[in-house]
Amino acid sequence: MRKPNTLLLMSSVFTVSLLLGGCSSLAPVNPWEKGDLAKPEMTFEGDPLEGRFVQHIYTSKESSSGGYGVGGGGCGCN
Amino acid sequence: MKLHLFSGLLAAALTLSTLPSQAIEVGQVAPAFELPARQGLLKSSDLKGRVVYLDFWASWCGPCKQSFPWMNEMNARYASKGLRIVGVNLDEKSQDANLFLGDNPASFDIAFDAKAVTPRQYGVKGMPTSLLIGPDGKVLMVHTGFKPTQRSELEQQIRQALNVKD
Repeated sequence: MRKPNTLLLMSSVFTVSLLLGGCSSLAPVNPWEKGDLAKPEMTFEGDPLEGRFVQHIYTSKESSSGGYGVGGGGCGCN
Repeated sequence: MKLHLFSGLLAAALTLSTLPSQAIEVGQVAPAFELPARQGLLKSSDLKGRVVYLDFWASWCGPCKQSFPWMNEMNARYASKGLRIVGVNLDEKSQDANLFLGDNPASFDIAFDAKAVTPRQYGVKGMPTSLLIGPDGKVLMVHTGFKPTQRSELEQQIRQALNVKD
């Protein structure tokens, strides 16, 4: 077996860490920056009324409700 | 040995680069600010000696809209007792804020922070976020969100800060 090249190993570890470190600058969206996410067109459901019907039928069948998140896209407040 | 030191330093450097901003907690001194308002500049130093209800809001936020009539009501009831309500708008476009204020008139102070400097200082974690600041400048309450059912509880906090007896 060949002896591992320490210099090569160290430099590759360094490069990979630096590249991964770049991901840390992807800061999460701040609460006050969620204006676009709060728009109605950002919801998963198409029609809000239909969505409520579906949710109502589902919760009736399951005899429990809640835990399906919040409406209004990604704002988390609407 | 060298490798250990090297990887340790690298790990420390990567950890330090990802530290989040800290939220303001009860008992801490509220950070100073100076923001453009509807009439001139609004400075936090002008608010010294008064109980301040500081509210961070945006035009696209549903609960913020619900909170406006309540804040108007609080302003009418407690302004004479020493309360000052300041709504800090965080819209990037001032046009959005003005449209909102046209539909939801505010009788209290409105300041504009399109660059979002103050929410970073105060560590705002949700919309709306409101703080109650005592006459000494210390934070008495931090509240995230607004539900109509919380109205009386919030009013109680204001009354307590103002020392209003029934």
